[in-house]
Amino acid sequence: MYSFEVDKPGSVEAAVAALQIEEAMALGGGQTLIPTLKQRLASPSRLVSLAGIAEMKGVSAVDGVVTIGGGTPHATVAREAAGAYPALAALAGNIGDPAVRNRGTIGGSLANNDPAACYPSAALASGATIVTSSREIAADDYFQGMFTTALHEGEIVTAVRFPVPQAASYQKFEQPASRFALVGVFLARFAEGVRVAVTGASEDGVFRWSEAEEALNKEFRADALTGLAIAPENMIADLHGTKEYRAHLVSVMTKRAIRAVG
Amino acid sequence: MSEVRIVVNGVERVGVVEGRTLLSGFLRDGLGLTGTHVGCDTSQCGACVVHVDGQAVKSCTMFAVEADGRSVDTIEGQAAPDGTLNAIQQAFQDHHGLQCGFCTPGMVMSAAALLKENPTPGEAEIREYLEGNLCRCTGYHNIVKAILAASGQDVAAIAAE
Amino acid sequence: MPKDHGIGASPKRREDVRFLSGTGNYTDDINLNGQAYVHFLRSDVAHGRIDRVDTAAAAAMPGVVRIFTGADFEGVGGLPCGWQVTDRHGQPMAEPGHPVLAQGKVRHVGDPIAAVVADTYEQARDAAEAIELDIEELPAVVDMKAALRDGAPKVHDDLAGNLCYDWGFVEENREAVDKAIKEAAHVTTLELVNQRMVANPMEPRVAVGDYNRATGDHTLYTTSQNPHVIRLLMGAFVLGIPEHKLRVVAPDVGGGFGTKIFHYAEEAFCTFAAKAVNRPVKWTSSRSEAFMSDAHGRDHVTKIELALDAENNFVALRTDTHANMGAYLSTFAPSVPTWLHGTLMAGNYKTPLIYVNVKAVFTNTVPVDAYRGAGRPEATFQLERVIDKAARELGVDPVALRRQNFITEFPYATPVAVEYDTGDYNATMDKLIEIGDFAGFAARRAASEAKGKLRGLGVNCYIEACGIAPSNLVGQLGARAGLYESATVRVNATGGLVVMTGSHSHGQGHETAFPQVIAEMIGIDESMVEIVHGDTANTPMGMGTYGSRSLAVGGSAMVRATEKIINKAKRIAAHLMEASESDIELKDGQFSVAGTDKSVAWGDVTLAAYVPHNYPLEDIEPGLEETAFYDPSNFTYPSGAYACEVEVDPETGRVTIERMTAADDFGNIVNPMIVSGQVHGGLAQGIGQALLEGCVYDENGQLLSASYMDYAMPRADDLPFYTVDHSCVTPCTHNPLGVKGCGEAGAIGSPPSVVNAVVDALQSAGRDVTHIDMPLSPARVWAALQG
Repeated sequence: MYSFEVDKPGSVEAAVAALQIEEAMALGGGQTLIPTLKQRLASPSRLVSLAGIAEMKGVSAVDGVVTIGGGTPHATVAREAAGAYPALAALAGNIGDPAVRNRGTIGGSLANNDPAACYPSAALASGATIVTSSREIAADDYFQGMFTTALHEGEIVTAVRFPVPQAASYQKFEQPASRFALVGVFLARFAEGVRVAVTGASEDGVFRWSEAEEALNKEFRADALTGLAIAPENMIADLHGTKEYRAHLVSVMTKRAIRAVG
Repeated sequence: MSEVRIVVNGVERVGVVEGRTLLSGFLRDGLGLTGTHVGCDTSQCGACVVHVDGQAVKSCTMFAVEADGRSVDTIEGQAAPDGTLNAIQQAFQDHHGLQCGFCTPGMVMSAAALLKENPTPGEAEIREYLEGNLCRCTGYHNIVKAILAASGQDVAAIAAE
Repeated sequence: MPKDHGIGASPKRREDVRFLSGTGNYTDDINLNGQAYVHFLRSDVAHGRIDRVDTAAAAAMPGVVRIFTGADFEGVGGLPCGWQVTDRHGQPMAEPGHPVLAQGKVRHVGDPIAAVVADTYEQARDAAEAIELDIEELPAVVDMKAALRDGAPKVHDDLAGNLCYDWGFVEENREAVDKAIKEAAHVTTLELVNQRMVANPMEPRVAVGDYNRATGDHTLYTTSQNPHVIRLLMGAFVLGIPEHKLRVVAPDVGGGFGTKIFHYAEEAFCTFAAKAVNRPVKWTSSRSEAFMSDAHGRDHVTKIELALDAENNFVALRTDTHANMGAYLSTFAPSVPTWLHGTLMAGNYKTPLIYVNVKAVFTNTVPVDAYRGAGRPEATFQLERVIDKAARELGVDPVALRRQNFITEFPYATPVAVEYDTGDYNATMDKLIEIGDFAGFAARRAASEAKGKLRGLGVNCYIEACGIAPSNLVGQLGARAGLYESATVRVNATGGLVVMTGSHSHGQGHETAFPQVIAEMIGIDESMVEIVHGDTANTPMGMGTYGSRSLAVGGSAMVRATEKIINKAKRIAAHLMEASESDIELKDGQFSVAGTDKSVAWGDVTLAAYVPHNYPLEDIEPGLEETAFYDPSNFTYPSGAYACEVEVDPETGRVTIERMTAADDFGNIVNPMIVSGQVHGGLAQGIGQALLEGCVYDENGQLLSASYMDYAMPRADDLPFYTVDHSCVTPCTHNPLGVKGCGEAGAIGSPPSVVNAVVDALQSAGRDVTHIDMPLSPARVWAALQG
């Protein structure tokens, strides 16, 4: 790693101020950032740790909305959201491994927007609101492609508000080595309609499978997807799967999600 | 450079570290607690697992300054002061749950975290919990068996020595 | 009743206490006063000409002690190859130089170009980035067949091409085999890949060099399976340090699986640099660095043809293999696809005619060498896959086809130059069918199908040649080293023993198992025996631990030395009891005179040896310490039968291992607990190869599977509980313990049964799938299902 200092501000305001320094970077749980730093793929002058900001931690459920502080570790979400939003809790409880879940945070995951990360699919499928240090961003506007989001320099994800659907399921098919999603499908069924978000699959990062949503809004059963297919062109191809395989898995995982929510 | 105060295995330790000093580096190089091992650089192998404030973390993926003011438990603090192995350690020895020993400290620390959360986990729960701990020697058979045994469950029916 | 001590007992491992309490002593735990750290600047291109390496700016960076480049090693030897293979035409293999630091060219991603020694690791890394480097990238060769084509880029400009050797075995059989295949009633042909693997011991490699300017003594601490081999190779061939001035210490070693056999550039560098900078120099590999600097394994591309007569008897076998050597010849690389592979092609079967052709090829990839099983898994995989395919083509039961062709009489001389001493392949097959509950398979398949899954059962046999080997034989085959093993048994005055062995454990539990043998021989408690290993300063010259040889060869040396001890002790006892030497018996730690009630205890005799007051000094020297070197007269031949049951999800192609069963014949067993553990670990590695692991380069020689994010290591939830058995015992006839070795069996025996099982599952659903190349990832299985 290159040399840097670590700041540990106690408030969002102080963190935002600290991030004004040239080449400063926010440090969430560090589960992606620290391996990146070890490879010397980033050279921050200063890391601003968000771990000590109490206002960014915790899970609450009020009026059909689950709000998760941006600095909340996955393990806490898995535990504390289990009652209010079981599919989200299950997703959080299957990110990485237990030790990673004790450190990695939802804010860090959403800020990084890895194309194979789990959380972006939940945020997008739930129609979540990403609350930052300066504004609120609808999930539909937030994700802008692989590792790209609507966040500005120095902007911090302080909370995420998830409207709780009537029913939801996350189906993850793991990449055998990293255990990230080779394809992950989050399906959320609201009174207003069904939202299907897909992670792991696309070169454009997480996306909504709108054709599937339309079909399911007409008829909510796995058979409704018959004849629907994702075009392989924009899918990711790598060691672990071809474009065609990923496109196929999107269908399979979506059907499984439909069956899981009944 | 900044000063950190970390309670390690019940004793407050003071050190001066760089921002980039990992907790694993502080334990190994700063304190000479070389039982915590480093087997990868992508936060996957789990040889470095310790407990911070009672929770399992990968000490190679956390900075020492982030542990300032907190309590860290390592493999060196698991046995009784007279050296008597704790129940998990003893089960690993009884059931041959280790061979080269390199992954073992992380395995024991992860097993301890699991049994704290779930005192009688089933085989599948154990295997799933160990997702972040790689072992290249044992094929995991005897590790899983040892953890079942450490939780007081009967392992007589599990095949092989 | 299981025994509670001695041979056949399973005492708890004594080494576990330190490993479980965090007090092991691995190489990275060693820090010497004043040590500096080295970081290697490695090539990021697969093939290139080094036009300029300018270290001036980097050398002025903070903390830099000195920067080394290839130029600093021009007068120094290269890394030697320990085995010379002679080709079909009687010519020696092509043997390129292998400099410690690259000279003129880089030949694979990871090839070290410069080494920065600095006060801290990060300073060394900072300075490495400041080295100015001009490398003209050259076209790379990655694919072996492409590398052999005319006009292919040459990995080594001074060689005729990229062919290392074209080996034929047994060359005299070639025409007869061709004829038999042409005339056979049925020929089954299979083309397959045995993919490149990365051994991945959990402890990455580490080297710490130290030099004492006052005495001229060098010390190297290193993660090695065989410190004496490193001392000999590095001292004699690379650095020119006589062995009495060079000590190599391998303390606790965190797994090896072959990849810690070889002598590596980093070891030579740290030893060399410690003298040059007059400070200890330490290198600790990161895992990312390990992927591009540890020798890889396997990487064979094979076509195999099995010919059968009208009664389904095997009549001939022909194989044609391309074996990847990588960019340089690693220490024992040439032996792996040849003598450790071709000699095993008979397997468990009485095929009368066999011809093996192997073309070893240089490519712009990391060197390839022995990985758990080394050559024998490659032989077993192709043979057991082609037999399975033949059975399916002929519509016969795969087990029956194997049984029909089993070797049943021993000793048996194969047509590929080895003689199996003992075995009972029907016995292990019977055991397999019993413990694998083959009778229940149909019901289990039905249950899987009811869930929408496919279920398959795959079976295979294996034989391996291990406990290597007779030195005079391997010398004829090209080994540039002996392959004996050694032990010094030192008995202390108060009766305790210390065994200094040339074997070295990297997880096998020698400190526990070896004392069981001595305890049995003398009739004392195991706690009276201590094992010393891993340090050339205090152990006799030995060849180390690999090839399942520690007990078969090292243990035999220990037995021989202990026999000498007992013989001498009996003479002393005879004197003490004023009896004839021939009447002395040793049992339960007591020497007695046959037919009398006279006896003296072991401790009385050992005390007399060191306090020789009442002692026949004119006839017997004082003291009780003996050394033996044991050189076996043959390999040992463990064998077994394995079965795998898989479930395949037809929607995703995902394969899960439902049952994995191993019935092995390891000869006599010293510690059943440790033996089972060895099999378990081997099974996981074999399943890992079959389903998960694979080292992949792109066409430019960039390593795509360069970390655990892309190289799929088997994890706990990828694997089931295994069923293993080693109650079928045909003792080895030529070593004193009757043992055969168990370290590699699991990795050799499991991949074919996994693949056979998946093929069985797919065929059960009517799919015309006869082979899928490993690893059988979900993507590949799904693709196979699409037809």
